[in-house]
Amino acid sequence: MRINCPNCGTRDRREFYYQGDALALDRPAPDAGPLVWDDYLHNRKNPAGETRDLWFHEAGCGAWLVVERNTLTHAIHSATLAETAIR
Amino acid sequence: MRLRDPANTVSFTFDGQRLGGVAGEPVAAALLANGIKLVARSFKYHRPRGIMSAGSEEQNALVTIGRGAQTEPNVRATTLEVSDGLEVFSQNAWPSLKHDLMAVNDLISPFLGAGFYYKTFMWPRAFWEKVYEPIIRRAAGLGGLSGLRNEDRYEKAFAFCDVLVIGAGPAGVMAALTAGRAGADVILADEDTAMGGRLLREVEQIDGRPAVDWVADALGELQAMENVRLMTRTTVTGAYDQGTFGALERVAGPRAPDKPLECFWRIVAQRSILCAGALERPIAFPNNDRPGIMMASAVRAYVNRWGVAPGKSVTVFANNDDAHRTARDLVAAGVKVAAVIDSREEVAIAGDYPIFVGGQVTATKGRYALETITVSHAGGVREIRTDCLAMSGGWNPTVHLTCHMNGRPAWREDIASFVPTPDSIPGMVTAGACNGSFSTAACLAEGAAVAVQVARGLGRQAEAAVPVADDSAYVITPLWAVPGKGRKWIDFQNDVHVKDIKLAAQENFRSVEHMKRYTTQGMAPDQGKSSNVVALAVLADATGRGIPQTGTTTFRPPYVPVSIAAMGAGSQGKGFAPERLTTSHQVSVARGAPMIEAGLWYRPSYFPLPGETTWRQSCDREVGFVRNAVGVCDVSTLGKIDIQGPDAAALLDFVYANMFSTLRVGRVRYGLMLREDGHVLDDGTTARLAEGHFVMTTTTAAAGLVMRHLAFVLQALRPDLDARVMSVTEQWAQFAVAGPRARELLNSILDQEIGNDTWPFMACGAVSVAGVQGRLFRVSFSGEHAYEIAVPARRGESLFRMLVTQAEMLGGGPYGMEALNVLRIEKGFITHAEIHGRTTAFDIGMDRMVSLKKDCIGQAASRRPGLRDDSRAQLVGLRPLDAAEALTAGAHLFAKDAKAVRVNDLGYVTSVCYSPTLQTYLGMAFLRGGPARLGEVIRVVDHLRGIDAVAEVCDPVFLDPEGGRARG
Repeated sequence: MRINCPNCGTRDRREFYYQGDALALDRPAPDAGPLVWDDYLHNRKNPAGETRDLWFHEAGCGAWLVVERNTLTHAIHSATLAETAIR
Repeated sequence: MRLRDPANTVSFTFDGQRLGGVAGEPVAAALLANGIKLVARSFKYHRPRGIMSAGSEEQNALVTIGRGAQTEPNVRATTLEVSDGLEVFSQNAWPSLKHDLMAVNDLISPFLGAGFYYKTFMWPRAFWEKVYEPIIRRAAGLGGLSGLRNEDRYEKAFAFCDVLVIGAGPAGVMAALTAGRAGADVILADEDTAMGGRLLREVEQIDGRPAVDWVADALGELQAMENVRLMTRTTVTGAYDQGTFGALERVAGPRAPDKPLECFWRIVAQRSILCAGALERPIAFPNNDRPGIMMASAVRAYVNRWGVAPGKSVTVFANNDDAHRTARDLVAAGVKVAAVIDSREEVAIAGDYPIFVGGQVTATKGRYALETITVSHAGGVREIRTDCLAMSGGWNPTVHLTCHMNGRPAWREDIASFVPTPDSIPGMVTAGACNGSFSTAACLAEGAAVAVQVARGLGRQAEAAVPVADDSAYVITPLWAVPGKGRKWIDFQNDVHVKDIKLAAQENFRSVEHMKRYTTQGMAPDQGKSSNVVALAVLADATGRGIPQTGTTTFRPPYVPVSIAAMGAGSQGKGFAPERLTTSHQVSVARGAPMIEAGLWYRPSYFPLPGETTWRQSCDREVGFVRNAVGVCDVSTLGKIDIQGPDAAALLDFVYANMFSTLRVGRVRYGLMLREDGHVLDDGTTARLAEGHFVMTTTTAAAGLVMRHLAFVLQALRPDLDARVMSVTEQWAQFAVAGPRARELLNSILDQEIGNDTWPFMACGAVSVAGVQGRLFRVSFSGEHAYEIAVPARRGESLFRMLVTQAEMLGGGPYGMEALNVLRIEKGFITHAEIHGRTTAFDIGMDRMVSLKKDCIGQAASRRPGLRDDSRAQLVGLRPLDAAEALTAGAHLFAKDAKAVRVNDLGYVTSVCYSPTLQTYLGMAFLRGGPARLGEVIRVVDHLRGIDAVAEVCDPVFLDPEGGRARG
């Protein structure tokens, strides 16, 4: 598996650390209430198909990336810097 | 029998028998040249078996090479190269290949059909694991490992290219030529020792001259191109995501001390061209497994390429035109053709030998080697003497790689075979025989055409220049299984025959995947390369469905067996994980300190002195250094993160539970870091060196985790903050100097003296030590008057030597991890034994540190009622009532008079030590409702280590609770 890092180019997945759903970018307000926080912290979908998740180019440039890919076909559609990802 | 005199012969042995061979030829060729037919015993029934093929698809001729630790089992004699002194052994036979006692399995075979063990060994249940399974496993099997540590060298390597061409037959060579001429960066990989594929084995013409000459010229041209890499002996084993391929290179061929045995490659290609060719399939006729019965194309390979006749009087049995080349080539080589049997009714065949049109082989004889075959045809039944039968049931395109990413091949009725479904692997195109285009002319044309298409896709101009070659049609009428008595073998490697597959269908294992698992068809090391299509044709017949409806099983990587040693090359022992060494490593090792792993780091456990016989003696002495004089400890392994920028303080406020923006320049503060779910992530001290410049320390274990976390917070959650983080762990060597005489020691080496007023507790700043600019932090992990001094890493070793020398002059010395642990437990300081991922700030008694004046990671979640409940297990200290009674980390806590069972569990012990300062064992533990139980006596039970003690619950700070020692 290879990910196209916007800073470094296409690199082997061994250079990356996998975090999980890019939902983690949407941090609720401190007073959003327990249900919203519970969803943010614990509830995840387990999609067979399109996903949007976070990868860290740990053995590379140190950028957090939002990677859009398909868990069925293993196709990787895009990799963008988390800094500039559209929330 | 050799058809021509070999150039230079070498000698090798087979089961101890010395034989002559030609260096580089397959062992199979050399065995046939020496007239050896019986080479192996089959997996289950121990049937005598010979050589069947001339390639990596070999099912029968698996052998063991080498001795002792270098034993390598299940090597295919058809790809193993002869070298001088090579020792080859047959396997799965005892006491000898010819007189194998386990051949009794063959006599009782009616009881050992597919799935027999599911039915036979049902009762008593306990017997399965202890009796039946071990017996079955011993009776069936192939070669075995020596069980000794293998010191052979294996390697891993990586390659990148524009175009990977897989297979160097006519299509592959033509594709590589075309793409190479267009200037693309090409890798051409082939599993054979030489490139050319089928052209090396056939008698054919290309552009009016022998095909082998054309191959030689093409390879010469490819070798001359700087943009083309040729990889022989390299089998592409798997197709993976985004153009990544696995490939196994048998580097040395024969064992060579200066080369690895095998190299596992990861090849990344923008595009790939699959030219994997095709494999000939057998026909299932009664007793078709006798030594001497081979694939028709293999017979041609041995005759044409290796100059070896596999028999003296050869018969051919086929259902297609292609196999007739075998008879033609044998005659040309001067080998007698006893008969040609073609199962098709209406074919016109000419030849100077008996021809049986519409005939079938219905029986064979010969225990250790084929002696006769019985042919049934329109004219009757006839027995023919023959020592080699060349069979061909047609060709299966080698579609395997196209199925590695869930692709399913498509059935083509005209060639009675499966062909690849286009675009099964992104970026891959197929050409030649693997695509169902069998003639040499078609292979060359397709190879050139797809290469032009691939080159254009890469933005290059390419032209197809296709030479003239044989274009004869491939005509086949399927024949899968011949009716008649006797077992008709399909999967020779796993001993599966037609009746097994019919039995599976009869017992309703009708899905091809169920049939496979019930019969073990295709589950041997060859993964059913040659046999799967025959098997599913038989299944289709038995279930009354068509072959396309029956479908294939799933082809998975690897295409050929790959040794674990090759995949894990370089990762054994020391290579398993990287090693991180501190600057004081050599000094510590020279002092005899046993080093222990801390993550990837190595740290000294203790520094033994002469006369000390146990670690405890050394540890107690080192604790005494710190409590009474001064000790020195390398703490460089702690993570150090440099944080700079106008918003550095705001970042720290956000990642730490407590406040950092209020920290004055020149001061250090303890910080507690939470995860977003409210549990403790890490702790450590952070120093403010300037208004917008902090240096954070993390625990050794969590350094990488915290760095990743900070990067995430900055990039993903708070890109509004103007701050930068950088790991500087490797850049600074840092040493703890701890004990009542710590300042005295420092003043002996610092260029400017320090005092309690200039460097009070938790002060920090720049210092100069022997002219070197460093940093000094007055922090304590021992509760003593202590400092940490940091210098650039290149000065670390000399500073450590200096500190140790001075410490020893003051009645102290170096201390290791054991003493460090005792010192912190005496003070109730936590480590990751306590903040193990399931504890909250509330649990460790630091709830009040979670500032409510600001938002921070973990704050919202840490306010959840369940995470701050008084009934939670909370941190306490334990003192055994008998001071000499050891406690153990991992022991569980129970009420004094309660039974030590799970339902009564009150908590667990996380850290223990013997405190030489307080002369007692101590423990840190999490106890339900802990802080309310101070003074209670509690039971401490460790079922694993047999400990059952009583201890008093107390405050975790056992020593100097007022903290006066650190401030002095």
